[in-house]
Amino acid sequence: MKALLLSRVTAVWALLIIATTLSWQLGHGVGFDDARSAGAAILVVTFIKVRLVMREFMEIRHAPRWMRWIGDGWIVVIAVLLVGLFVNAGA
Amino acid sequence: MSDSDSKGHIPGEAGIWLFIAGDLVMFSVLFVIFLVYRADQLAVCQEGHARLNQTWGLVNTILMLTSSWLVATAIQAARRQMTRVVVTCFGLALLCGFGFIVVKVFEYSEKIRADLTLTSNDFFMLYFSYTGIHLIHVVIGMGVLTTLMLYSRSGKFAGTKLRNLESGASFWHLVDLLWIVLFALLYLVGAR
Repeated sequence: MKALLLSRVTAVWALLIIATTLSWQLGHGVGFDDARSAGAAILVVTFIKVRLVMREFMEIRHAPRWMRWIGDGWIVVIAVLLVGLFVNAGA
Repeated sequence: MSDSDSKGHIPGEAGIWLFIAGDLVMFSVLFVIFLVYRADQLAVCQEGHARLNQTWGLVNTILMLTSSWLVATAIQAARRQMTRVVVTCFGLALLCGFGFIVVKVFEYSEKIRADLTLTSNDFFMLYFSYTGIHLIHVVIGMGVLTTLMLYSRSGKFAGTKLRNLESGASFWHLVDLLWIVLFALLYLVGAR
């Protein structure tokens, strides 16, 4: 039971909570003066969280290489697209 | 992982991954549409952002992340044949899902009381549509978690049974993943 609670997925959960707190802070004026940079940073942190969920909770890190590449490829494409759209639109 | 080899291990059935890929593509389109609308109606969206209750969004994010962690722990426990832990983790994850729905009901009623509905403006049309589609995923996911909890009671986790648990768990993680992006897009970015 102790091994289960002190497992890698528990560490990932803690990281996800820390990243959520960081996003929250970035969205409330900490770190960046302008909302455009803060928004871009929030989106980057968001897709780091998405990658953690995919690799660790969904166990993609044990999956065949092609599946890992599709997962990472989707993350990069959608993250770049959303950050680009957000930054170009203004804030 | 017991059955991982150099070629890797796909958790659950291949079919669930086709569904997950399809859902991710659909939501990717929705995410892009949201930011295109936002660019077109920046003032409306900024005002809409400001009227969302970010605390509700944060509470629901914590509930989603925690439920996902519980489900991941249930899978680890199943591989160790810890039947009671598996059932308990699925049960607690289900409670988190229920909590998510309760928060959403409070949030929706708060908006409706303030006269903010699907027809108020484009921001709230997208807000209610996107969170509504996600909420349908949560309800389906809770059905899946209930099934997994009952299915786990007899223990003996191996082969097809373990694969079925992994399939259901993967769907729940997808629900978590989608919320992570929705929380950022709807509640956090450009809200100030």
